[in-house]
Amino acid sequence: MTTDTSKTEIEKQDSMSTPSTPTLAPHQDAPTGHKADEGRVGGGLFDPKQLLSSLPDAFRKLDPRVMVKSPVMFVVLVGSVLTTVFSFKDPTDWFGWTISAWLWLTVIFANLAEAVAEGRGKAQADTLRKAKTDTVARRLLADATTEEKVPGTALTIGDLVVCEAGDIIPGDGDVVEGVASVDESAITGESAPVIRESGGDRCAVTGGTKVLSDRIVIKITTKPGETFIDRMINLVEGAARQKTPNEIALNILLASLTVVFLLAVATLPPFANYAHSHLGMVVLVALLVCLIPTTIGALLSAIGIAGMDRLVQRNVLAMSGRAVEAAGDVSTLLLDKTGTITLGNRQAAEFVPVHGTTQAEVADAAQLSSLADETPEGRSVVVLAKEKYGLRERHQGELTHAEWIAFTAQTRMSGVDVDGRKVRKGAAGSVITWVREQGGTVAEDADTVADRISEAGGTPLLVAVHDERGARVLGVIHLKDVVKEGMRERFEELRRMGIKTVMITGDNPLTAKAIAEEAGVDDFLAEATPEDKMALIKREQAGGKLVAMTGDGTNDAPALAQADVGVAMNTGTSAAKEAGNMVDLDSNPTKLIEIVEIGKQLLITRGALTTFSIANDVAKYFAIIPALFAAVYPGLDRLNIMRLSSPDSAILSAVIFNALIIIALVPLSLKGVRYRPMSADKMLRRNLGLYGIGGLIAPFIGIKLIDLLISLIPGIG
Amino acid sequence: MGPVLADVLFVTALIGVLTLVHRPLGDYMAAVFQSTKHLRAERWIYRSVGADPDAEMRWPAYLRGVLFFSAVSVLFLYLLQRVQDKLPLSLGFKPISPDQAFNTAASFVSNTNWQSYSGEVAMSHVTQTMGLAVQNFVSAAVGIAVAVALVRGFARSRTGELGNFWADLVRCVIRILIPLSVVAAVVLIACGAIQNFGDIHHITTLTGQRQAISPGAVASQEAIKDIGTNGGGYFNANSAHPFENPNGFTNWLEIFLLLVIPFSLPRTFGKMVGSVKQGYAIVAAMGIIWFAGVLAVTWLEYAHPGTAAQLAGGAMEGKEQRFGEGNSSLFAVSTTMTSTGSVDAFHDSFSGLSGGVLLLGMMLGEIAPGGTGSGLYGMLIMAIIAVFIAGLMVGRTPEYLGKKIGAREMKLAACYILVTPSLVLIGAALAMALGKGQSSMTNVGAHGFSEVLYAYTSASNNNGSAFAGFGANTEYHNTMLGLCMLLGRFLPMVFVLALAGSLAEQKPIPVTAGTLRTEKPLFTGLLVGAILIITGLTFFPALALGPLAEGLA
Repeated sequence: MTTDTSKTEIEKQDSMSTPSTPTLAPHQDAPTGHKADEGRVGGGLFDPKQLLSSLPDAFRKLDPRVMVKSPVMFVVLVGSVLTTVFSFKDPTDWFGWTISAWLWLTVIFANLAEAVAEGRGKAQADTLRKAKTDTVARRLLADATTEEKVPGTALTIGDLVVCEAGDIIPGDGDVVEGVASVDESAITGESAPVIRESGGDRCAVTGGTKVLSDRIVIKITTKPGETFIDRMINLVEGAARQKTPNEIALNILLASLTVVFLLAVATLPPFANYAHSHLGMVVLVALLVCLIPTTIGALLSAIGIAGMDRLVQRNVLAMSGRAVEAAGDVSTLLLDKTGTITLGNRQAAEFVPVHGTTQAEVADAAQLSSLADETPEGRSVVVLAKEKYGLRERHQGELTHAEWIAFTAQTRMSGVDVDGRKVRKGAAGSVITWVREQGGTVAEDADTVADRISEAGGTPLLVAVHDERGARVLGVIHLKDVVKEGMRERFEELRRMGIKTVMITGDNPLTAKAIAEEAGVDDFLAEATPEDKMALIKREQAGGKLVAMTGDGTNDAPALAQADVGVAMNTGTSAAKEAGNMVDLDSNPTKLIEIVEIGKQLLITRGALTTFSIANDVAKYFAIIPALFAAVYPGLDRLNIMRLSSPDSAILSAVIFNALIIIALVPLSLKGVRYRPMSADKMLRRNLGLYGIGGLIAPFIGIKLIDLLISLIPGIG
Repeated sequence: MGPVLADVLFVTALIGVLTLVHRPLGDYMAAVFQSTKHLRAERWIYRSVGADPDAEMRWPAYLRGVLFFSAVSVLFLYLLQRVQDKLPLSLGFKPISPDQAFNTAASFVSNTNWQSYSGEVAMSHVTQTMGLAVQNFVSAAVGIAVAVALVRGFARSRTGELGNFWADLVRCVIRILIPLSVVAAVVLIACGAIQNFGDIHHITTLTGQRQAISPGAVASQEAIKDIGTNGGGYFNANSAHPFENPNGFTNWLEIFLLLVIPFSLPRTFGKMVGSVKQGYAIVAAMGIIWFAGVLAVTWLEYAHPGTAAQLAGGAMEGKEQRFGEGNSSLFAVSTTMTSTGSVDAFHDSFSGLSGGVLLLGMMLGEIAPGGTGSGLYGMLIMAIIAVFIAGLMVGRTPEYLGKKIGAREMKLAACYILVTPSLVLIGAALAMALGKGQSSMTNVGAHGFSEVLYAYTSASNNNGSAFAGFGANTEYHNTMLGLCMLLGRFLPMVFVLALAGSLAEQKPIPVTAGTLRTEKPLFTGLLVGAILIITGLTFFPALALGPLAEGLA
């Protein structure tokens, strides 16, 4: 064990074994209470009761100044007003009144969809507001010892405030002195307290959270009103909601389709007059509303809000809708090895005996010597010995007269002296030195085995013993990074979706390569520095790719800002949180994959409903055109392939279908279409069949059914 | 050999030869537009007009070139018609009236070649050859140049440069249109088309009546009329006239000529964007719509009900006995779907529903396969719309050929698809509301309305064919149709070039498994569906009151 690389490796392993301050387990799964229903990005909950409770908001949104933002629905609103006015001119015309009523319902249903989507955010915002109760800050004066009490809102950037157990932290900032456990459940929903300490990457505290123990001094980093919790409230309420680039583009398409159909309808009277068919305003408006893409026009903003909401439900805050859209486009994922791809710690995988010893001997000695090692690595040795070699776990108390040598970062060894037998296990360098000190020799193949393990990306620990036969190395423990279960399949899925995964690690290239191969990532960046990361992102972006990454440290901030989707961990520094465009409150880097899927699901939902909406028009024509003109050109009745009972009923059925389909699709627009990772080809085929062909056929059935119902009403059929 | 079998062989031979020719021709055109060398003749032209053929143009400069050149062309053609009596070889014809001269100038410069005049009794030799025939070449070349600029927009990255308009225009004429026309003209002459500058022959027919037989450089103009998808006939009867279209073979040849460049340009496109498969997807969409139209019209004409039609084996009224049912239908669909507008049978005489198919062919925006150049850029715009919707359904913001379809691109594409439907519908509606349509009809009822609708559809989409009954030579229609032609031609070009500029500035997005595959049959199917639904449905109400009302009666 003389090569430099293996030495650094071992030192790394050792430093990692050093028990560190326990914080909120950074890689745990989403906290309970935020459980996703079936499917990874299955979607949010939808409760029909929400429709009722959002009704007042839906009416409030009838304000033309609000409506004009959605050109399609604005046209419907104008149409509703027109038909109502014309109905007043002819109050006995039940047809005009009925059409007017359904047109108003169409507008209200559209508003309702948006109101329901927003309503879910509002509930969340209320919870957050409770956390933002007025706080009194204990500001430190210039002498750094005297305190004054000021309201939290009076703090400015750079102020130092003191918080002790029981205090609510008055604003966002960094801990500059002390260490404390903090209850961040107000933001994360996670009740387990977390540790915040000065220096390092866990110094950021959020206003509105509560200090549970100890005393810290915080340097305020944000102005009141712009704190994290304020931004969260704005985000979930949708107050800061702006149309995303793709939404704008889609709105342009919808507006142009609306104009085209407006022309088609507005130019119809001169044509029809020539044929001696005089069309009334009511039927013209009805025709127009049926043709313009009302379904997607009504649901578009609800889809966007729901997409953001689906992230919030997974405890991810997207600072802009743009970021969510970008997530769908991502083609390169940078994933940190530790915690994302592998479990946090290395684990013993194998006991390799040197010449002249047996595996069982090594296992026994390894177990014995690891009992005093409380690090995860040490415990994993005990577990392996038990699981693979059937060695019952012994307890320190069982062995009398045993002298335990606990693992320390200095000695980098653990072991036990019992019955005149000394057993040691630890970093190769330390164990070799120990054996030599004891006057023993190191078997040659110990070196070979250790090298082989290093080359394979593992970390070798030596097991040695000093007994009646002298001091000698018994064998080697193979420690390796354990790839999380199911990661390989996930990367396989991502590959099929056209997303490249790059593993980022501080390990040397050899280790990195071995883990990369085992996990099935496409590429890896070994011995990665923040500069390397940045360069990689820029390289990918120069090739036209969109890059997503997670990060928590201050030195990640530039890369987070450069990435198209930068997810900052909530445990991270404020610099990191500021730089990224999303914050994961659970600080779970694996979630990056879900974020990408949610982004895709949002776009697919939008596309599916647009396709559905446009495809619907075919059937509506077959309902309305014969109804309008069969009287003057009887031949056109042959287009009435649905055999609708009467012209009035045909037009009414189309209008009613058009209104009801909005309500029927509200749950889909809020939950998002079912999404499973697959290639673009398969996905297109599936969605085109479902929403394209389905959109062609569904209205034929729906309109016919409504017509059947209407024709039962006396005086119409 | 029965007529049906003959028709099948006729179409099969046409598709076969087009399939064979489109590859070398498409590759050749790509090479022409990517070449860095200039021919001596071209250098001479550049020097005489003071253009630098190697200067790259951004989209506004390219557009200025297109508009400047076209404006000068309109002015020149207008003046030529107004003073033709004072020029040599006038044949004694009077100057053309201002409104008709404007209409004709707009018509030939916009590659529409709508004719509100009868060539043999109005236009002098000089007007025909120096004016109309020249525009047949250059208006076609302008269309191709704009299409090439859009293709460059897709092919290039991180630049706003779209090539040089003057170089594209001159090369297209010198290296593509003239050589093809020379060959085609020689073949036409060999088959009996006339080519002279003689005087009008006055003859006495067998029944003792006097008839004036007009001479002219017909074969040369006939060749470019079809190759450049122009359609303006030397004679009023157009390709039904035996001097223009002497026999069954020339009829086949003319259909081939008017289809050959539009069906080859997708190959050029594929070559220039570096993936011929992308070109195949586009050409397949064009071919599917065209072939469906051919099948529909041929079937409808053969199956035309009515005693006379059934006795004749089909609806033969208004059709040349020499060509028969199938060939006339094939010609009709090909000419309406290519923005050519030449005719070898009178579309007015087709059955109601066939007339509807011909109308729809134009209403789709002349994209299957469309005019020279305009067909390709029109189809690419529709591809962008289709990609936008379908792209979302694969879970990415839409992209086509590695370029993002964002708000700006969508705005330009949306403006493009608004132009012609607006012109057609508003034009026809105004004509009907003001009573101008009714007064020019020669038929009553739904068929009469079809004539008006057809005229405005044909002009706005730069087709140029007419439902023969419509009396278009009035001051109102000359002016309005002239405006429709100009706006229908040049407004879309503005949006196409702006779009090309915007695409060329983007950096390319690499293809991954998550990318929508636009070279696959699935996308072709989607494209066809999007075209039929989005464009077709716009006109459904109008069609219902014309051809559908007539055909379903």
